[in-house]
Amino acid sequence: MNWIAVASIYRFEMARFFRTLMQSFLSPVLSTSLYFVVFGTAIGSRIQEVEGVSYGAFIVPGLIMLAVITQSISNAAFGIYFPKFIGTIYELLSAPVSFLEIVLGYVGAAATKALFIGVVILITATLFVDVQIAHPLAMVAFLVLTCLSFALLGFIIGIWADNFEKLQLVPLLIVTPLVFLGGSFYSISMLPPVWQNIAMFNPVVYLISGFRWAFFDTADVPIGLSLMATGGFTVACLAVIWWIFKTGWRIRN
Amino acid sequence: MTTILSIRDLGKSYAGGFNALKSVTLDVQKGEILALLGPNGAGKTTLISAICGIITPTSGHVTVGGHDIATEFRAARAMIGLVPQEISLEPFETVTNTVRFSRGIFGRPRNDALIEDILRKLSLWDKKDSRMMQLSGGMKRRVLIAKALAHEPRVLFLDEPTAGVDVELRKDMWNIVADLKADGVSIILTTHYIEEAEAIADRIGIINHGELLLVEDKATLMARMGKKRLEVQLGDPITAIPASLARHNLALSTDGMALTYTYDTNAERTGITGLLNDVAAAGLVLSDVQTHQSSLEEIFVGLVSGDTT
Repeated sequence: MNWIAVASIYRFEMARFFRTLMQSFLSPVLSTSLYFVVFGTAIGSRIQEVEGVSYGAFIVPGLIMLAVITQSISNAAFGIYFPKFIGTIYELLSAPVSFLEIVLGYVGAAATKALFIGVVILITATLFVDVQIAHPLAMVAFLVLTCLSFALLGFIIGIWADNFEKLQLVPLLIVTPLVFLGGSFYSISMLPPVWQNIAMFNPVVYLISGFRWAFFDTADVPIGLSLMATGGFTVACLAVIWWIFKTGWRIRN
Repeated sequence: MTTILSIRDLGKSYAGGFNALKSVTLDVQKGEILALLGPNGAGKTTLISAICGIITPTSGHVTVGGHDIATEFRAARAMIGLVPQEISLEPFETVTNTVRFSRGIFGRPRNDALIEDILRKLSLWDKKDSRMMQLSGGMKRRVLIAKALAHEPRVLFLDEPTAGVDVELRKDMWNIVADLKADGVSIILTTHYIEEAEAIADRIGIINHGELLLVEDKATLMARMGKKRLEVQLGDPITAIPASLARHNLALSTDGMALTYTYDTNAERTGITGLLNDVAAAGLVLSDVQTHQSSLEEIFVGLVSGDTT
């Protein structure tokens, strides 16, 4: 393993994040506060409790997931798309680095940024509601796994995209609806039975359910299933990336 | 001589059927400077890209320092430095960080003293904390060279490195090339400035339509293919070449003041003595005589247009 290369890519990507630290920090704080005002106060006044948890606290895991998923994807997609766009990808392709090292560098940095934002949102949430974490280690594990798996998806999107519009297409048209329909702001059990069955095809349901279990010890789907689904998604993304580098799809003519 | 880069039957064809490289075979020796000449679209950049790993060749083998670029890509690529034709740099990053990054991704540990040395040699030290977007085109070109040298390559590809740069940078660059050559680094450069290839290259390769037309020692190439012209300046103008000089295939200048005789330097007999005797016999008065050697550019143009005789 070329660990120096991994560290170099990671540091280079993180430098981009630190250059815009205030934007990176303020944006999630502001959006989380808005969600709490709109969902927590407006809707929360009508829904007192969901599965024994106050509505304000209930939406915290979903809010963190929403931000972490979108940030993981956008950071990783932009991270690899930008060198393609400006042409500096030549250096990566001609360097003695394997696809695994490139992925570790880019995805690791994107996941770190998303993790940072997830933590910022969690801290912001504690200003609005009383947040209890039943299984702190599982919470951290789910958070890290989500950051990594969606950063992998973002990496694939960044390789696939050949213009800025496409870079936004998948997050806007697929990921955001999946996250909103994945139980971020409600329990799947609140849906009519038909929709409950349909929701089971949404991978984000398993993530949010598992993450919520780590907070409140209650879940829409068994925790083991959540872990398997998240792990399976990560492996699938890794397999696609391995294929991309093996065939050179969209990066090496 | 030790072969450091060995290319065998390297080919690249695209899905549409376009053959960008046609079975290129070439050896580059340690410490050698090879200039690749060819018109736009000839396959120069494709050849470099296939060797460096930017594109995947469809056939053939390449070894660098004995390491196959496909099966031992780490060892092979670690020896290669590339200065690309296009200026591609992270606009918001500083000079030092971007050069440090280049060294890092080649797996070399941080070495600030070496980076400082490279930046100083390229007159970039004053700009070390500047962002790329603040640099001029020439400065950016210097940064690309600094990046390529950051991991101390043994084979350096310079893909039209002096396109659009000022005389000062060109001078700096050739000084660096001379230093690298002295250190045993092999350099393969593509250029449109044929006089540069003529001035610094040890060997010349000419590529067109994806085919390597020839690779030859520069002096041998010029001697073998170079034509010489003898220009005879006349004291008085003439309106037509005298019949007694017809066998020499002379060309008369439009003002009638000069006769040009083209001959092969490698021929057993150049025919100069006979020509001068015939000129004297024809009663023409000579005011001056000068010779002119074909430049590499003329040879190059002749080759790519199929006129090699």
